[in-house]
Amino acid sequence: MSRRTSPVIPGFGLTLGYTITYLALIVLIPLAGMLIYSMQLSAAQWWGLITSRQVLFSLQLSFGAALFAALLNGILGTVLAWVLVRYEFPGKRIIDAMVDMPFALPTAVAGIALTALYAPNGLIGSLFPFKIAYTPLGIALALVFVTLPFVVRTLQPVLADIPKEVEEAATCLGARPWQVFRYLLLPTLLPAWITGFALAFARGVGEYGSVVFIAGNIPFKTEILPLLIVSKLDQYDYAGATGIGVIMLAVSFILLLLINLLQRRFQPKI
Amino acid sequence: MSLATLKGNTRRRGPAGLVLIILAWIIFGLILVLPLYIVVSQGLQRGFVTFWEAISEPDAISALKLTLLATAISVPLNLVFGLAAAWCVTKFEFRGKSLLVTLIDMPFSVSPVVAGLIYVLLFGAQSWFAPFLNEHNLQIVYAVPGIVLATIFVTFPFVARELIPLMEEQGTTEEEAARLLGANGWQMFWHVTLPNVKWALVYGVVLCTARAMGEFGAVSVVSGHIRGLTNTMPLHIEILYNEYNIVAAFSVAILLLAMALVVLLLRQWSEARLARQLDVKDDH
Repeated sequence: MSRRTSPVIPGFGLTLGYTITYLALIVLIPLAGMLIYSMQLSAAQWWGLITSRQVLFSLQLSFGAALFAALLNGILGTVLAWVLVRYEFPGKRIIDAMVDMPFALPTAVAGIALTALYAPNGLIGSLFPFKIAYTPLGIALALVFVTLPFVVRTLQPVLADIPKEVEEAATCLGARPWQVFRYLLLPTLLPAWITGFALAFARGVGEYGSVVFIAGNIPFKTEILPLLIVSKLDQYDYAGATGIGVIMLAVSFILLLLINLLQRRFQPKI
Repeated sequence: MSLATLKGNTRRRGPAGLVLIILAWIIFGLILVLPLYIVVSQGLQRGFVTFWEAISEPDAISALKLTLLATAISVPLNLVFGLAAAWCVTKFEFRGKSLLVTLIDMPFSVSPVVAGLIYVLLFGAQSWFAPFLNEHNLQIVYAVPGIVLATIFVTFPFVARELIPLMEEQGTTEEEAARLLGANGWQMFWHVTLPNVKWALVYGVVLCTARAMGEFGAVSVVSGHIRGLTNTMPLHIEILYNEYNIVAAFSVAILLLAMALVVLLLRQWSEARLARQLDVKDDH
């Protein structure tokens, strides 16, 4: 497995061996354990699980809410990234620093804060005639908070790397602003945008802590996939929990492959 | 300030720019600041004494201790792993490298609940190891070892991810020079590699620590929620909240919010240092 780049640099065997051992112990063996356990499920059990109304509903809810949040953040995140890279304005440094807040803030704290904010008697919730917390809309808004940094942070470096001269040249050659956007900025930004979108979506599907409080966990109304796993475990239904776990693992693996493919295709090594 | 912003690529702004800046301020205020204001105002609504009582009662203290214990074990382990992984991935070429990098990133995209579930399936009462564990009177899930394992899993890639892009960019020339000038492997690592990556390393450790202290989903699944025994700070918040003890829940939340703010400050600091270091290198 080894073709060393540089014969004078030591430590290849040691570090690779350690990396693979630790990876196997913490990540690969436990994940494989779940897959092996899931093979004990019979075809009928699988069928019953996948076609059960509760699972289908949760799948729909989790994917729908994550899609909504990722799309909305695709817009909000683009605005933030654009403004932070392109303009000087008061408060720029503090906004830039605070974009990472949702990553740094523990999800349980975000969860109770958002619930208090969007509850019927909360600061924002009381402004609306309809309920936000304890509905799918509340779940989606919690996911908007948690996944906000993804699109901003993937777009920012790409935007910063587009030289001024390229746009100026395009304008000098007679391109209109929308043409500069359509033929110059869009193709450059799109791969990063899709990466950010996919990261936000993947996080949204699996998110638990920030959603569990605002969801209220009403079956067939606000029961997301991760919550379904928890409630199956509480009822000692290990087979059911494992089945849903494998479905979620497959989804996250597919998204991870997609992101890697995109990054390899659009960001060739120089 | 993030590196991209420090690098700067700013333009003169027209009226559209002004609208976008105002929009950015609104997004910032509504999405990022308002939840933080809620945490502080709810936690302190009955004054400082109530806040202090909530964070100094025995259950809160034992939750804090367990959180610190899980963090103190998982961060150093993942730090050593991050250095080893970044070293073999960035300084050598071998087949299967991109697969290895993908697998290292895996815990990021796995739902925290699934992370907890895999350990319950492996070590729980129905697992293959259960007879062995019972015989030796060992308990992993619904006990402290399970919490530590789940914390290690969710913070697994943080240090490696910060180091890999930077070390990739730095290449191997400086290390080769050190070796050719007679440094041994340890001297090369200590005097060349480590100074080059120290700010990225600091930031990776900071992120790892923050996530270890704040993890909820994975820890919740493996903990069993035994008060005073297997409750971490985020789980303690959940219990208080579900008991409608809202003020106490937000009081403990203020502590974790303060931690998050410290993380953001440290990020600013380490990134400014990294940018300065890169500038100095560019000037040579």
